[in-house]
Amino acid sequence: MTTLTPTIRTGRAGIVTGTGLLAKRTTVTFLRRPELVVLSLVQMSAIMLTFRFIFGGAIGTAHGLPYVDFSVPGFITAGVLFQTLGTAIGIAEDMEQGFIDRLRSMPFSTAAMLTGRVVADTGILAIVLAVTTAVGFAVGFRLQASVLGGLEAFGLCLVFGLAFSWLFIAVGLLAGNVKAAQGVSMIVFIVTFASSAYVPTQTMPGWLRAFAENQPVTAMANAVRSLTLGSHSQAFLGHGPGHFVIRSLFWAVGILVAFSVISVAKFRRAAG
Amino acid sequence: MTLTIEARGLTKRFGKKTALDGLSLEVESGQVVAVLGPNGAGKTTFVRSVSTLIRPEEGELKVCGYDVRREAESVRRVIGLAGQYAAVDQALSGRENLVLVARLFGQSAKQAKANAEAVLELFGLVEAADRLVRTYSGGMRRKLDLGASLVSQPRLLILDEPTTGLDPRSRLDLWDAIEALVERGTDVLLTTQYLDEADRLARNIVIIDQGRTVASGTPAELKRRIGGKILEVHVRDRAHIPLVAQALTREGVAAPEIDESTRRISVGADDGAAQWLIDGLTAVRDSGAVLADIAVREPSLDEVFLALTGQKTSSAESVGAATLETA
Repeated sequence: MTTLTPTIRTGRAGIVTGTGLLAKRTTVTFLRRPELVVLSLVQMSAIMLTFRFIFGGAIGTAHGLPYVDFSVPGFITAGVLFQTLGTAIGIAEDMEQGFIDRLRSMPFSTAAMLTGRVVADTGILAIVLAVTTAVGFAVGFRLQASVLGGLEAFGLCLVFGLAFSWLFIAVGLLAGNVKAAQGVSMIVFIVTFASSAYVPTQTMPGWLRAFAENQPVTAMANAVRSLTLGSHSQAFLGHGPGHFVIRSLFWAVGILVAFSVISVAKFRRAAG
Repeated sequence: MTLTIEARGLTKRFGKKTALDGLSLEVESGQVVAVLGPNGAGKTTFVRSVSTLIRPEEGELKVCGYDVRREAESVRRVIGLAGQYAAVDQALSGRENLVLVARLFGQSAKQAKANAEAVLELFGLVEAADRLVRTYSGGMRRKLDLGASLVSQPRLLILDEPTTGLDPRSRLDLWDAIEALVERGTDVLLTTQYLDEADRLARNIVIIDQGRTVASGTPAELKRRIGGKILEVHVRDRAHIPLVAQALTREGVAAPEIDESTRRISVGADDGAAQWLIDGLTAVRDSGAVLADIAVREPSLDEVFLALTGQKTSSAESVGAATLETA
């Protein structure tokens, strides 16, 4: 029989190796669960098709901006939240199944456990967003600004994704089990609907409009719009890309800092 | 003698609930120790403290000489934990799971692969090694989980209710695997609700109840704690149970235990109570009950447990039956 190599008692993987190993594990695990892959790819496309072809005709937009051009950037932005919601469920699953306890009982960097997941989930998000974008083009969306603007918008979505991954890590850790984490998806529905992601906020009642216009999803959806539609959207949105991009970056950085601090604290705390 | 675990006055509260209430115990190296107690006794809280997953509020806890609060990192280098759940990834193969854990311990890819292979061989999982864990049976998952806690060659292996929820066949299988480890010289701390498990695997048993150590010692020592022998009378007719129970009831001695379903009446005899036994047997004869069998035997750990904690354990009768079937 082979014997265990007896030279390894004092080892631990450094933060870079650890992040890499856990990112690979998260990615492989995702790809081997067809139900998750299909859900991720179909979910946003299905919502997009529904709005484009069923509700789209009835939703009026102004200033000559067709609904498809208005809405596709919104769907892609909302897609960031729906996809990173999976991070909360993944973390809750790892807690429920004892995987996190195992890692925490090892001489191993706390940060790597979380960064590994964030790196993997942001990578997966990039693929899912690319598919959503392709579907957007297929249903009639056209880039009206420069290609560079389009790429900037895509990059901005990944920055939101990074921020929201940390938010959902905190949610997963606080929920502690998969059922509770899934309950949070209701909030994602509310936050994306009560924003400019799917429909213009102008027709909402005052109180809702006040909320919708001052929450991150609206800032981000409008930033993606300005970057992809250029001057075409400025008349409609009232501001240029700079205004929305800066606003949404403020949101992203705020969310990232706040929730990474919460996540690490919650993770470190040796709670029962 | 080095102590593997040294706990003094450990206290841990969750809100108003006191999980550990001044628990003290010592475990010498080279031992397999079973921590035994009813549900809610504090077993899991103790194990999580030893694994550095929670911090006790008061008291001192050292693992292999390291303080769990001040030197948690050092403790983590010398322990391996297999919890109540099989903490292995369902979407990875058995081999991938082991390699991942080994690499997280800082082993090179080559070293990790070799150690994973050794663990797979040790637990008879070579054939299933490249299948995804979601195709494994419950018993195989637990074995793999146990294996994952071994790839780092821990000095102390911590097993939290390793066989809870397993079918009898898998339980026996896992017991064999744990015994093999013990023979290789790994120290093991094991919690269990099953007395037969503690009796089989551990040379030392610590009984805890309500967050404190109630008793500790070898199974034989513990059995001696509740006094010498047990007199057990088996009657043919259920109607005769009260007659025998009446005959065996004595001042100053615990009331006889009656098991209606098997028509057995048992009572503990004090140490060196030869005369008591003779008196008891005479009284039973005079009671007129028709006897199927009569025996004087050592107390079971179940009876020790009952005497010390006032609670019955979930001693798995089904497991005992399965032992006979498969033996």
